[in-house]
Amino acid sequence: MVTTDDIWKLLEGVPDPEIPVLSILDLGIVRDVTLEENSCTITITPTYSGCPAMKYIEEEIERTLSASISLPLEVKTVLSPAWTTDWISESGRSKLKDYGIAPPENEVDKSVLFAEPTVVPCPRCDSSDTKMVSQFGSTACKAQYQCNQCHEPFDYFKCLK
Amino acid sequence: MEEKKALFEYLLRLGDDSLILGQRLSEWCGHGPILEEDIAMTNIALDLIGQATNLFEYASSLGVDKRSADELAFVRYEKDYRNLLLVEQENTDFGYTLARQFLFDAFRKPFFEALSQSSDQQLAAIAEKSLKETKYHLQHSSEWMIRLGDGTDESHERIQQAVNQLWAYTEEIFEQDQIDQQLIQAGIAVDLSVIRASWTKQVQAVFSEAGIDLPQNTWQQKGGRQGKHTEHMGYLLAEMQFMQRAYPQMEW
Ligand SMILES: [Zn+2]
Repeated sequence: MVTTDDIWKLLEGVPDPEIPVLSILDLGIVRDVTLEENSCTITITPTYSGCPAMKYIEEEIERTLSASISLPLEVKTVLSPAWTTDWISESGRSKLKDYGIAPPENEVDKSVLFAEPTVVPCPRCDSSDTKMVSQFGSTACKAQYQCNQCHEPFDYFKCLK
Repeated sequence: MEEKKALFEYLLRLGDDSLILGQRLSEWCGHGPILEEDIAMTNIALDLIGQATNLFEYASSLGVDKRSADELAFVRYEKDYRNLLLVEQENTDFGYTLARQFLFDAFRKPFFEALSQSSDQQLAAIAEKSLKETKYHLQHSSEWMIRLGDGTDESHERIQQAVNQLWAYTEEIFEQDQIDQQLIQAGIAVDLSVIRASWTKQVQAVFSEAGIDLPQNTWQQKGGRQGKHTEHMGYLLAEMQFMQRAYPQMEW
């Protein structure tokens, strides 16, 4: 007999396609798992409106789960409550750092004009002496930074609130 | 009008604003003045096209007609698009693109803030999601307005020119008709007269920091919401619709 715990365990094995060290659970985009006698529904939420990975994630969830359980599966997408970077788990944050991506810092509200840019420590040498190169990076969820100490460029998983 | 029909129309307007501006920004892909800005503009384009997808999927799900989200986006005729004239204006140069973006972002942020309180739950959810992205867009375009306005003589001249020309499309942003009124009554739509003050405040704050003069021209061009577009729209659609016209019903 399959339990919801089993399903959550299986979902741990589904990676985020853009940051494969993170599972979709680390990323915090799985909202709900419901198990009924004859069906199983997984509810997910996108990180950004235009996130191109959602379709792929849906398929990966179906592929992973259908290998172990025989119930008909439905993957549902909801927009509310909207995902924020607070949904990233603690282990997700440390995996990001180990991977060379600075995890999200608590930033001031974006609507404050001319605010000081957030201090983002370098994921390699931990120096706080870093600079933002661009608010927009290789994917919708990242910004580009550079470390003034070790001079490495790095991605920053930007705060979304 | 039946409420569902009014909502369908309203969703097309919002979706078209996002889609057409997203298409315009995507034209910069591979042509940005610097790599970081090339990436920034295509990221913003992606957010906008994602918003359009959410809005069109919702519109399609209402069952007002049989068109899918893709059909709504790609196989309507020009007169059936409802976007603001502002968003279809050509990219021209980097400053012009950023001025267009800024005038739109400064509207979209307070708009989505208000829309996230809509009595329609799905619309409120789309707005809540879009708002988070829009804050980044507005910060980006505001900073560039200041950088260009307060930069060299050349950049100042160009950004001021861009603002002067685009100003003719700003009055239309706050126009409301029967459909707006009906949906405002129902607690679904945003009363644009209420958020206008936020737009004006943001525009004035950034212009003053940037040393950009508020344009004095009073000539205003309108008609986008009724499907009367400027001469640039046809070329944009030709490019955007090519695949669906050449290979009807194709899927990725
Ligand atoms: Zn470093």
